[in-house]
Amino acid sequence: MVEQGLSRVIGVEGEPDRRVDGLDDEALLAIHRSLVLLRTYDERSVVYHSQGRIGTYAIFRGHEAIQTGVVHALEQRDWIFPSYRDSAIGLLRGLPAATILQWWRGHPSGWWNPEDVKVASICVPIASQVPHAAGLAWGLRLNGTDAAAAVLFGDGATSEGAFHEGANLAAVVKAPLVLVCNNNQWAISTPLEAQTAAATLADKAVGYGMPALRVDGHDVLAVYEAVREGVARARSGDGPTFVEAVTYRSSPHATADDPSLYIDPERVAADKERDCVPVFEGYLRRLGLLDAERATAVREESLAAMRAGIETAEAEPPGDPELVFSHAYADPPATLARDLEDLLRVHGR
Amino acid sequence: MSATAVTAKELLLVEAVNDALHVELQRDGSVMVIGEDVGRLGGVFRATAGLRDRFGPDRCVDTPLSEAGILGAAVGLCMAGWRPVVEMQYDAFSYPCLDQLITHVGRYRWRTGGAMGFPLVIRMPYGGGVRAPELHDDSPESYYVHTPGVKLAVPATPADAKGLLAAAIRDPDPVVVLEPKLVYRTARGAVPEGEHVVELGQARVAREGSDLTLVAWGAMVAVCERAADALTGEASVEVLDLRSLKPLDEEALLTSIGRTGRCVVVQEAPRTCGFASEVAALLAERAILDLQGPVLRVTGYDVPYPYWQLEDWYMPSVERVVDAARRVLAF
Repeated sequence: MVEQGLSRVIGVEGEPDRRVDGLDDEALLAIHRSLVLLRTYDERSVVYHSQGRIGTYAIFRGHEAIQTGVVHALEQRDWIFPSYRDSAIGLLRGLPAATILQWWRGHPSGWWNPEDVKVASICVPIASQVPHAAGLAWGLRLNGTDAAAAVLFGDGATSEGAFHEGANLAAVVKAPLVLVCNNNQWAISTPLEAQTAAATLADKAVGYGMPALRVDGHDVLAVYEAVREGVARARSGDGPTFVEAVTYRSSPHATADDPSLYIDPERVAADKERDCVPVFEGYLRRLGLLDAERATAVREESLAAMRAGIETAEAEPPGDPELVFSHAYADPPATLARDLEDLLRVHGR
Repeated sequence: MSATAVTAKELLLVEAVNDALHVELQRDGSVMVIGEDVGRLGGVFRATAGLRDRFGPDRCVDTPLSEAGILGAAVGLCMAGWRPVVEMQYDAFSYPCLDQLITHVGRYRWRTGGAMGFPLVIRMPYGGGVRAPELHDDSPESYYVHTPGVKLAVPATPADAKGLLAAAIRDPDPVVVLEPKLVYRTARGAVPEGEHVVELGQARVAREGSDLTLVAWGAMVAVCERAADALTGEASVEVLDLRSLKPLDEEALLTSIGRTGRCVVVQEAPRTCGFASEVAALLAERAILDLQGPVLRVTGYDVPYPYWQLEDWYMPSVERVVDAARRVLAF
């Protein structure tokens, strides 16, 4: 099932492939490594969950193209604001797999310093990171830099007040921001038609006075191209851009979900035919850039990173009880120290 | 201690707020004011008057009507190195921002393992008695003070309005400052010129006494002082102005009750889970042997704040405070 009217780079239904200006062979292979790393992270996380080694996990299979396209269209100085569906996007900025695994294991070493990698903390509530991204991007503009930001969220997020307030404010202050909507057409069990009466989510951008681009979210290069266009606008002072990347959620919402209660299995099967990883690998093969040997090597490299990640995570000792208290405030009320002392008196260590 | 004498000028409470903002924006180029009508108009109470002209439209910004969006943007501005001072136009109009406050403002530092700070300030006029329409009269301190990761100050005097706001702006953590709008233009007092900081977590003995302590904050401090006047000849009444509810100056509270043995806590907010209950619980835990009688609360009621023709029945009055004081004294 191929939706019409979406921007694509990788040909479908007999259309020819395109090359993206400025993306040389090396850059294409780097995109491939990112795609496979995210895919491997996701696959292994589902396994780790079933083995009881991580907690409840939000699956992102099929959405690696959106995350990868965003990161590769940005420079290292540009910020990324992930939703929980994009929990592992920091891998593409050098965060260790162990850190993100620890986040899903509920361990405090899942904390990271957003400043180090320009990746904000994972936002668990829906859409409330959009105003953060708007504010940060606004602040970057006030600082006189040409850095930009991208914020990722899903189709359901566009119904939230926080999305509206963040998008509106970003447009008013000309924040250098790209709003990237992963329209996978499901918010847990709620389909898009129960989410909005708008013909497309991109239509919403009109109300904010910002341009919108609709792309095929299975096509990493289409996402890349659209986000790059948004970033260029952002850097030139023209404010935010909305990118709607259309995909389908062919996996459960999370490890605790049972989509058989609501989803159409034929539609899921059709989407799996258009899985973003093999779609891109086919493109690379047609360009003569990928063979079985390289594909295996990339996959092995990612698996090794995951093996190292889970080993590191599991070797970490449990967090100290001090960590319950120690980072809530820079300058804490005296009561916290008293509470810690009392906790240790009763429970020991 | 400064070698040179600090000069003071007589200011209204709202003028002291304005003075603090001028001084702090001048002192620190990363401080900015954002909110609804704060720029061109200078705020509906004129608390931000003159800032846009003096510091420019990027340092005093009229935002869209968007309380949650403004506070969410302030989180992002902190990440970019700014120290935003957010004005919420009225107490009850701040409720949409509780989403950002609870889910992010109070948690984000913790979420980064202490790596990132969020030194933002939310200031707003609060409280009743001003003959205003519905939802211009609330005392929302409990919602804010209950939120982990967030501090809260409430000045009662012009000097404290300046000093506590300056402390809040300089604080490394998010701080909510509730400004008693009832006395914005009636409380007048000497305010130190230039930089003036009143450290958070330091209560103020507004009046010394030995028989009973009236504990209050914000606009209720003046009500307690009038009640103390009314009790002249009957009892020696201490009035303790908490000034900051978090951090709370527990030592000042315990010292005062250790001296007087009797306590009435006065708040405008509804009774249930109000901050007066926290004070009473603290005294039960830490001062039971000092107490000569029950800790009584004089509060608003557990009802929606009434229309203004009824509001005088709702607001803690001097008479109600005096009545509670006499009941404790006679216990």
